[in-house]
Amino acid sequence: MTGDTRHQNALLTLEGMTKAYPGVVANDQVSFSILPGEVHALLGENGAGKSTLVKMIYGLVKPDAGQMTLRGESFAPVNPAAARSSGVTMVFQHFSLFDALSVAENISLGMDNPPDRRVLSARIREVSQAYGLPLDPHRVVGDLSAGERQRVEIIRCLLQDPKLLIMDEPTSVLTPQEVDILFKTLRKLTAEGTAILYISHKLEEIRTLCEHATVLRLGKVVDTCDPREKSARQLAEMMVGDTLHVPSREAADPGPVALSMTDVSMKSPSEFGTDLRNISLEVRKGEVLGIGGVAGNGQDELLAVLSGEGRAQTGAITLGGDDITLLHPNARRARGLLTAPEERLGHSAAPDMSLTENALLTGAVREKLVDRGFLKWGRTEDFARRIITAFDVRTPGPDNAAGSLSGGNLQKFVIGREVLQRPDVLVVNQPTWGVDASAAAAIRQSLLDLAHHGAAVVVISQDLDELMEVADRFTALNEGRLADPVPTQGLDVETIGLMMGGVHGETAA
Amino acid sequence: MDLGQINPLLLLASLMVAATPILLAAIGEAVVEKSGVLNLGVEGMMITGAVVGFAIGVNTGSPAIGFVAAAAAGAALSMLFGVLVLYLMSNQVATGLGLTLFGLGLSSLIGKPYEGLKAPSMAKWDIPVLGDIPILGPILFRHDPMVYVSLIIVAATWYVLTRTRAGLILRGVGENHDAAHALGYKVVRVRLMAIAFGGACAGLGGAYVSLVRVPQWVEGMTAGAGWIALAIVVFASWRPWRVLLGAYLFGGITVLQLNLQAAGAAIPVEILAMSPYIVTILVLVVISLRGNHGAPGSLGRIFHATH
Repeated sequence: MTGDTRHQNALLTLEGMTKAYPGVVANDQVSFSILPGEVHALLGENGAGKSTLVKMIYGLVKPDAGQMTLRGESFAPVNPAAARSSGVTMVFQHFSLFDALSVAENISLGMDNPPDRRVLSARIREVSQAYGLPLDPHRVVGDLSAGERQRVEIIRCLLQDPKLLIMDEPTSVLTPQEVDILFKTLRKLTAEGTAILYISHKLEEIRTLCEHATVLRLGKVVDTCDPREKSARQLAEMMVGDTLHVPSREAADPGPVALSMTDVSMKSPSEFGTDLRNISLEVRKGEVLGIGGVAGNGQDELLAVLSGEGRAQTGAITLGGDDITLLHPNARRARGLLTAPEERLGHSAAPDMSLTENALLTGAVREKLVDRGFLKWGRTEDFARRIITAFDVRTPGPDNAAGSLSGGNLQKFVIGREVLQRPDVLVVNQPTWGVDASAAAAIRQSLLDLAHHGAAVVVISQDLDELMEVADRFTALNEGRLADPVPTQGLDVETIGLMMGGVHGETAA
Repeated sequence: MDLGQINPLLLLASLMVAATPILLAAIGEAVVEKSGVLNLGVEGMMITGAVVGFAIGVNTGSPAIGFVAAAAAGAALSMLFGVLVLYLMSNQVATGLGLTLFGLGLSSLIGKPYEGLKAPSMAKWDIPVLGDIPILGPILFRHDPMVYVSLIIVAATWYVLTRTRAGLILRGVGENHDAAHALGYKVVRVRLMAIAFGGACAGLGGAYVSLVRVPQWVEGMTAGAGWIALAIVVFASWRPWRVLLGAYLFGGITVLQLNLQAAGAAIPVEILAMSPYIVTILVLVVISLRGNHGAPGSLGRIFHATH
């Protein structure tokens, strides 16, 4: 279809949308149109301006210039309620749900004129059945799985009879089976004439689902294409505007067991967390073990019990043959077990402290940055500078606050900080979460290099493509239990899905 | 010791009077915290309400006008807190503590000319028929109107929070302010209204002390009631009826231990004096042990609209 006919039949047309923030132009003259019943992908690296653009469509951000036309009429929503009443709804990347409220209350809050609670409950049941997304309106959202929580968001949108549904990274927390269910629902919606604006980093999904793609780079539309006719690599290179480096690994024979867990159980420290149940695993030197699973199945707890932040109630953890079950984090670091938790701001780094200070926080023991209780700032700054150089962290210098770095740069810093301490065992959780393609490739390469030099690496991640790329063996967490690890080579999606869904035994075949 | 001196009817009747100031302050603070704001300035707003209510009551001769003025004063002071916390993003704990100190100082200044005066008396309601019921009548139905106003406020708070859309939005804002903002709710406006309600309730509670309970103006006369109200909100798991239970428990034991002291009980005075605090906290802790009654998810967190 040519640009002109797209324009004439469009459901929503954007013309010259521009939004500038102090120091950065988030969107610069963005124009494109969305047809009714179309799944339209919005592609771009982090910081390309996708979020700002959809927030303008949803009425959360006021554009500086440009105009939108919805079904032939001028469309300038002043707030999300106005957007919703025009038929534009949105499912957020980080779920906009209220943990302590029930499903029905959550849905009611997302509607402008919610019906009486009994009528609403009946409507929720009805719509959730019709679209194959069963949901009990009276359950408390805090107790739901990630997939069920997303259903709440989707049904909240469906109840308002949307013309355009915006989805921001909807599949990042779903199992492959749940992704299938979601895609079926979306196809059903498009068959009814609803258009979907779809944002995702997962290029394979975009190739399966979307009919049209608009590519953003640094706030500008750089290309449009039919993603079904491109390869994932071509799409990635359109986003980056450059050829993409794919991590490579050199085969190495696994050495002796570096880290083992035997029958470890731990109660989750947080109210909505997952308890670890009888976890046993072995990781050998020179090996990368990938641990998949949907968020909230015990990933944070597994990292905590390995780092020493949590204490196992039963079972034993050994490092190079020594029992470390009762050791504190610093004692474990001294023996060569390093960790990098998922949450960048506030867990693996202190946002308001400088990079030098952050380097000290985990490097003090192994890099000998403390002498009889006194800090050696010179040495610490050297260490921070080494991380910045070795991992290409884009920052004016080590005196900058960790919170001022972009997600990808900070992630390179926290991973680099652990890698440069030459760990015997490194455990990372979501090493490339929310990181753009080139930074993610660099981080994965550094993990592979580390394993090649003889360290054991455990990668906990929800990104299956990432695990397939770096891991020698794969396993998955489900409700705090760990499946038996299997070699990554020749693993098919169905087996992975079963392992993530907690079906064991059949996977051995 | 002569326990026969203690009249159970009088004891139960005075329980409601003793508990009312704390009940009013606590129910207001419960709403504020449900909206996600921690206002530690309850004591300051109470004492300001006490002095303003007393001054206006003395000058006009009408306790009712005094109460209205006290509510307005408490709300006005809470708006100072609201602007600092919601618009200037100051730290809620530090600002709340500052508000208490400010309120204590301000009330001493306003109250100087009123020391030693007597408050205009507030007529008790003798509710016909109900007040004549034996036993229950004197306990429940022969109080001043403010006791019933406080009970109506508790019931209304419960109804609004659990049964209405306004209450649902307020709980949503307190549970996850980023999500509420993303859905298009005015987080700051909702919180400002909740803070004003909390301030007005604290002002009423303070005025009840100076106009009914004592009834005269003494510097620092709320004597930590605001802090007890704060504790009761937490131990009551932010639920209106449990706030009522906690406040009446505290009031009841306060009255009982005063009676025991007067009767010359062979228990050290210090233990009697601390008993209301200990018993109230113990009972509410035991209740809140069961089930999940967590704090509002966004309680005390600064809201920054990032878009």
